Formats: sequence, C-alpha cells, structure tokens
Amino acid sequence: MSTDLLQALPRSPGVWAQAWTRLKNDRVGMVSLGVTLFFIVLVLLAQMGLVAKDWQKEVGTPFAPPHIVGKIVDGSQTAVIDAIAGPSVDMSDVDPLAPRYEEWKKRAAEFKATITQKSDTLPLGGDQLGRDVLSKVIKGAQVSITVGLTAALFATLIGTILGALGGYFGGRIGDFLEWVYNVFTAIPYILLVFALAAVLKSGPLAGTLGSGAWTVVIILSLVGWTGIYRLVRSEYMKHRSREYVRAAEAIGASHASRMFTHILPNISHVVLVQLSLHVVGFIKAEVILSFLGLGVPIDMVSWGTMLSEAQTELVQGKWWQLVAATVFMATFVTAFALLTDALRDALDPKLR
Amino acid sequence: MPSGCMQLNSQRHGLPRRFAPRNDLNQEQAMNPLISVQDLHVSFRMSKTDTVEAVRGVSFDIPANSTVALVGESGSGKSVSAMSIVRLLPENAILGQHSKVLYNGRDLLAAPLEDMRRLRGKDISVVFQEPMSSLNPVFTVGEQIAEVLRIHLKLNSKQALDRTLDLMTEVGIPNPKERLKSYPHELSGGQQQRVMIAMAIACEPKLLIADEPTTALDVTVQRQIMDLLAGLQQRQKMSILFISHDLGLVGEISDEVVVMRNGEVREAGSVQRIFSAPTDAYTQALLACRPRLDSRPRRLAVIDDIVNKRPLCTEQRVAAPITGAALIEVKDLGKDYLLKSGLFKRSVFSAVKHADFSLYKGRTLGVVGESGSGKTTIGMMLTRLTEASAGSIMFEGVDLAQLSAAQMRIYRSRIQIIFQNPYASLNPRFTVGQILIEPMRIHGIGKSEDDRARLALELIEKVGLTRDDFGKYPHEFSGGQRQRIAIARCLTMKPEIIVCDESVSALDVSVQATVLNLLLDLQDEFGLTYVFISHDLAVVKYMADEILVMSQGEVVERGSAEEIYARPQHPYTQQLLGAIPRGLAAAV
Repeated sequence: MSTDLLQALPRSPGVWAQAWTRLKNDRVGMVSLGVTLFFIVLVLLAQMGLVAKDWQKEVGTPFAPPHIVGKIVDGSQTAVIDAIAGPSVDMSDVDPLAPRYEEWKKRAAEFKATITQKSDTLPLGGDQLGRDVLSKVIKGAQVSITVGLTAALFATLIGTILGALGGYFGGRIGDFLEWVYNVFTAIPYILLVFALAAVLKSGPLAGTLGSGAWTVVIILSLVGWTGIYRLVRSEYMKHRSREYVRAAEAIGASHASRMFTHILPNISHVVLVQLSLHVVGFIKAEVILSFLGLGVPIDMVSWGTMLSEAQTELVQGKWWQLVAATVFMATFVTAFALLTDALRDALDPKLR
Repeated sequence: MPSGCMQLNSQRHGLPRRFAPRNDLNQEQAMNPLISVQDLHVSFRMSKTDTVEAVRGVSFDIPANSTVALVGESGSGKSVSAMSIVRLLPENAILGQHSKVLYNGRDLLAAPLEDMRRLRGKDISVVFQEPMSSLNPVFTVGEQIAEVLRIHLKLNSKQALDRTLDLMTEVGIPNPKERLKSYPHELSGGQQQRVMIAMAIACEPKLLIADEPTTALDVTVQRQIMDLLAGLQQRQKMSILFISHDLGLVGEISDEVVVMRNGEVREAGSVQRIFSAPTDAYTQALLACRPRLDSRPRRLAVIDDIVNKRPLCTEQRVAAPITGAALIEVKDLGKDYLLKSGLFKRSVFSAVKHADFSLYKGRTLGVVGESGSGKTTIGMMLTRLTEASAGSIMFEGVDLAQLSAAQMRIYRSRIQIIFQNPYASLNPRFTVGQILIEPMRIHGIGKSEDDRARLALELIEKVGLTRDDFGKYPHEFSGGQRQRIAIARCLTMKPEIIVCDESVSALDVSVQATVLNLLLDLQDEFGLTYVFISHDLAVVKYMADEILVMSQGEVVERGSAEEIYARPQHPYTQQLLGAIPRGLAAAV
C-alpha cells in the first residue's frame, strides 16, 4: 500500500466544495458575488496605479457637470467676462508701450506652456477644483474597501482567538476575558473611537502609526472585535461538550488540537459570516469617521471624505459627487451583505 | 418464529395480561372504520428539482374503539402517514392526487383548512414524543389544559377549571389541585406526558394519535403511561393510533398492527397473527433481531439472515470465565457536584456514591439504570472525561483517578469510549480517514502516514465498511455505519477496555443487532473488556456477564447477569424487570 493507492480511493467533496455547489444555485448570491468581485478587481487595479492614478489632476472646470447633464450655460460655471463689443481701434500712436510688444512677444516665445484643455463636462462630473469624480470615487473605493477588509480581518482575528479561549476554557480565563469585554462595551462607541484617535494621532505612537489609513484600521479593529468575541465564545461553549469533542479528548487530543482542528472548522461558518458582516459595518464606520474628520488624512480620498465635501456642495446644487459616492457605496455594501447571506446558507453545516 | 419461547418467558415471570384481548369488534365496526387511509402518497420537495417520496401508497383502516399500531424503523414513513390524517405536515410536503383519508365518509385531505383546525384537538388529537418541548414553559399546566377547553368547548373559566381538575385526576397526576399551578419544569417527564395526554383527551376525541409517546421516557414510566393509555382507550371508547419503533411495546396495547418500511406497508393484521405467524420477512426479522431475555444466542439474527432464509444461530453463548487478576479495580468511586442554592449557600448533589466493581479481561460488565442513575457518570470517570471526586480506579497498580491530565494521556489509548449518538460523536468536518488516522498520530502508532493509512483501511474493512469509505464524510453514512466508524476509531489505539455508553440506543432494532454482533466478534478476536452502559435491559442481558443495577447514584444490586434476571433481589431491580415490554407474550 502506498500513498498513490490511497489517492486512487474515491474522495467525497469537502465542505467547501459542497458550499460552492450550493452557492452556484443561488442566483442572488452569484450576482452579488459578481458585483463584489468587480469591486475587488477595481481596488486591485487602483492599488497598482492602473486606474484613477491622476485623481488629483484638475481636469475639468470647477463643478463640471456630468455628461448626461450637459454643459450648464447660465454662466455660473465659467467666470469668463465677455469682451465689450465694438470696432477695434488702432491705438499704436497713443500707446507708449507699443514699441515693446514685439520684444515681449519674442521673449514669450522662448517659454512653452501647455494649457490643459479643461473639459466642460466629465463622466460623473467634477468637484470644486475640477477633479474627476469618477477617478475620485474609484480611488475612494480603494481606500474604503481596503480599510474595511483589513479592519474586519483584524477584528475577527482578535474576536475569534479571545472567544475560543474564553468559551473553551471558561473558568478564570473566561471571567477575565468577560471583564475585558465588559470594559470595552461599557464605553460609548464614539467616545472610544475619539480616545483612540487622540492617542494614535498625537500620542507617542503618532510617528509610526499616525499617518495614513492605518490609524483607522487600528481604531476600527480595536473597537469592533467585541461582537465576534461573544458569538465565537458562545459557539465554543456549545461545542466543547459535544460528543465529538469528548471523543477527541478520549483519544488524547491536546487542548490546542481540540480548539483549532476540531471545533474551529465546525464554527467557521459563523466566523466567516461575522467577518463579512463586519466588512460592511467597517466600511460604513470609516465613512462616518472620515466625515467627522477622524478618518483618512487630507491627501487621500475615501467615500467618507467625498460625502463630507458633498455636504457643502449640495447647498449650491452640485449633487453629483454625493450621488456618485452614495451609489458606489450602496452598491458594494448591498452586494456584500447579500453575498454574506448567501454564504450563510451555503455554509450551513447541517449537511443532508 | 419461536413464539413458544415468549410464552415460556411470560409464564416464568407470571405477568398477568393487563388488558383483555378485544377480538369482539363487531362486523359493523369493521365495515365502517372511523378513519380509512387510502392510497396515501406523500413526497417532500427538497429543492426546485428534487423530491423525495416518503410514503408510497399506504392504506389502512382505524376501526372505532380500537387501537391500531404503526410500527417501523426511522424513515419508514410512519409518522408522516399519521400526521397526514390531521394534515400536520411540513410546508414542503406534497400529497398524492388520489390519496384519501376518510373520516365519517368525508375526505380530510380535501377539507378546507378552517374545518381541519376545528377538527384538530376536538375530534382527532395528537400526543407527541417530547413532552418537555410540547408544553409551553411560561404557562402553568392548569392554564394550558384549560385553554384547550375554552377554545374548543367554549367553557367559561370556572367550568374549565373544574374540568381541568377532573382531567388531571383522570390521567393520574398526584395532588391535582396543587399541580394545577405548577409550571412544566416542575413536573417529571412522565407527569409532563400525562399533562399532554390530558390536553389531548380534553375534548373527548374520537381518535388519539400517539406519536412515540414513551420513547423519551424511562422504562418504568413507560409502563405507567402505557397502562394509562390502554385504560383511557377503554373508558373513553376512543380509538388510538399508536406509532412506535418497538414491536414489543406495540404488542401489549394494540388490536391491529401495521408494519411499515421505506414508506410502504409490509404487513398488516391483528396483533395475534402478526406475533404468532408473521408472513413478511421484515416483520419476522423485527421480531427476531431484538435480544430476548430468555435466550442468548452466539449471534443475533439480522435482517439479511431472515430474508435469505439462513438458519438462525441457536448455539447459546456462555458467560466468559474470570481469568487472572482484575484488570481494573474500582473502589468507593464517587462524583459530587456543587450546586449554588443561594448567594453563598452551596448544596452537594451526588451523581455517583460509593461504587465498587472490578473488570476482568474478556468479560463484559453491564451497567443498567434509568436516567439520572449515574451510569453514564461512571463511564465518564473510567475514561477520565469527568474527574472523580472520591475513590480510586486501580489499573496496573496506578490510580487513574489521581493522575494529572498529562500523565493520563499514556493511559488514554488503553481505555476507550463509544458514545451514544453516532450523529454527534464524529467530527462532521473530518473524513473517515482523518478520523481514524488522528488517534494513531497522537499516540505514535504506525511508522509513517502510509503505515497509518494502511492500518486505517484494514480497520475500515474489519468493522464492515469498504475501502471506498476512506475519503467520505460522516454525514454520508447511516447511524449504524457511523457507529462502526466510532468503533474503528477506538480500535486504532488497540485498547484493552472499551466503555460503550448507550452505544446502540440510538440505532434501529435491525441495525442494533448487527452492531452488537460486531462488538461480540471484536471481543472474541482481541479479548476486549467491555463496560456496557444502557437503559435497555434486554440488550444488557444479552451482552453482559456481570451486571450493576444503579438507581439515583447508588449501586443497588450487583451480580452475574443470569442471577440478576432470574432472581432479582432488590425491589428496584424487580420493578425494572417488570417494566420491560414483552410484546404479545406478556399479554397471553
């Protein structure tokens, strides 16, 4: 008998393969998976600098309207004053500077200036500085989704490990972790975020962590692990006395083996669904933080900063930045939430 | 079928027929049954394209004033057939077009839902298996019974209260006046089932459907509930449709028996004929597969034997002799649980008190008792899955009860356990191969992964599965096959002692026999010592050489299996033995 012969034996499809088969039959799930993948590809392309690299360029006139709206001709868009009509008069005999015109012309020819042709309309319109809203919203997607995903990953990691320890061992370890949990949940959410932001942005750590989107990731994951912790803990409490875990104990499997090779795969669907729910939640949280000015720095763009800018623009009737950011965010968040729902159904361990 | 043996058996115990056989159903009743189920087909829609047919063309009649039993193993469609009568089926059920359930000449399957709602609970009522989950925990039992009366009989609260008291007296609840104000959790399982029965008979139904009403109860309580049902049937002149997997139980109460398998009726007839002259091979097998108290054949008959008309094994098994010193000696074993009974007060609950016993190589120790008797705790302490709070477990001069968790790991492989529920004891995310290889890896059995895989394959075949099962997941197997995998997992570590904690209790009768045969074969081959824990006295009698009878944490009687069954000394043992359903034998 060799391994080759073992591999020749039939092997049933694993849980993930079966989940995939079930997901494939779920039309809503597949569509939302498609939308989500589209956004992920967009984020990756933006990350590599292939799209929306020049989001900061002022390519349009200030508040250039979207293509479908067309150029607005009420004069508010272009502040160019029309020349006064009338016949041209030769003034060279009275103009004292006239002899110098030739000299200046020659000198000016020595310099070369490219004048960007500022477009009057942009695909999704432009912002106050004439930056393309489409590029902005794509770049914003990159920041928002990356922040949401990484923060959710960290929060799930913290929540799962602490929940596993607390639920599996119980007793003193469980009590201690419950105490930590209670402290974290006793502080009002926004207050905790403010406190962490203050520490990270101006404390001793400000030099290393205080810049970029990392602060937001750290704040969100430190604040957001509590719900996952409770759920994973309750699952572990339920599973640790199940017969298959007792059976593993009877064959002499160690605590770590029972916790992570036996129980964890059986509750992975809970963890996964929590992970995706938190991605959605954290994207929204990042938007709120950026809106409050605690989010990403000023030289970056996220869906939150766009919404924050849109607040003042809306009063002037420039609605396109608001619409673009909202539609993009709503589409992604809805698709992701629906995908989560479909995943929950597909991963249900109650196999027939 | 040697029905003579059964009669012999009942004569030995001298049990009277509790209820006289009623063959006096007159012609008219037989011609005009209360309920007539005709060509019942029920399928379940599993997905858009997939349907599973659970019941295929079942027909049977329920005469007025009689008890009809639907007998079958899990998945035979017996519950679905019965629930079709009251149309209490899941939403994905599809009834056949030509199926009919006639009640007083009216087709219930075609009746409007509003009519069915009026019928349920009034003309036809149902008692379910789990009394605890069928009662609402936030209302008192009195309120729950009275509610039925108010809805269906439109009684005012005073009348309802009086009638509730009558009903509770009728179903034999002690101190009914006080119990009226009890919440379900304050009653025992048997009393809860009595309350359920009181609710079911509140409106004097014509038909009572009892869906495995005693399966969740202890044998002695089962006996009381059976007596109650039989008495009620006669007093109230109603019909009972009794659903059960236990042919022995059915024989005691019913007039007619319908045997079902895989959604079809295999055999139907009067209870006398089914027991004395079963014509269908499956019915014969059901009767033969159960271990009996009066005989202990070398091998139990399984369905295949009957269907293929192989001669049954008549060679009797003798108790294994005691050879050498005791393998394990247990002295004064005890387990206490601290219960919080106030802010600072603690009370002690003793699950096991002063248990003494010894295990010898190649012999089987049976532990019997009802729920809460501490029998499982003993098994758990032997395998150190529960810490003992008193006493010693001496194994090769080492006290297992005193070892630390790390020291215990060496001994783990030598004392193994097979759990009750084969659906819960295998990790659903591991393949059979992984399940079997893991313990070998932990204990360093086998030189390489290839070596272990080879050993695993050998064991898979030894327990009666095929090589192709190596890569499958537990959910692809039936209960009996899963229990075989659990047995194979124990064998990977070459244990000396195996604790079987209700290991066959969750299995169907026919599957039980094959697993018991396998356990006996393995005992012969490897000289294994078993601790066989079960509430099922017939199975323990068949397996064990020596028996401990436990009640409320105490060992009340201890002795050789034959001795205990022939001459029970302790009143509790006598009560237990008297409660075993013996089929028709007890009745004749």
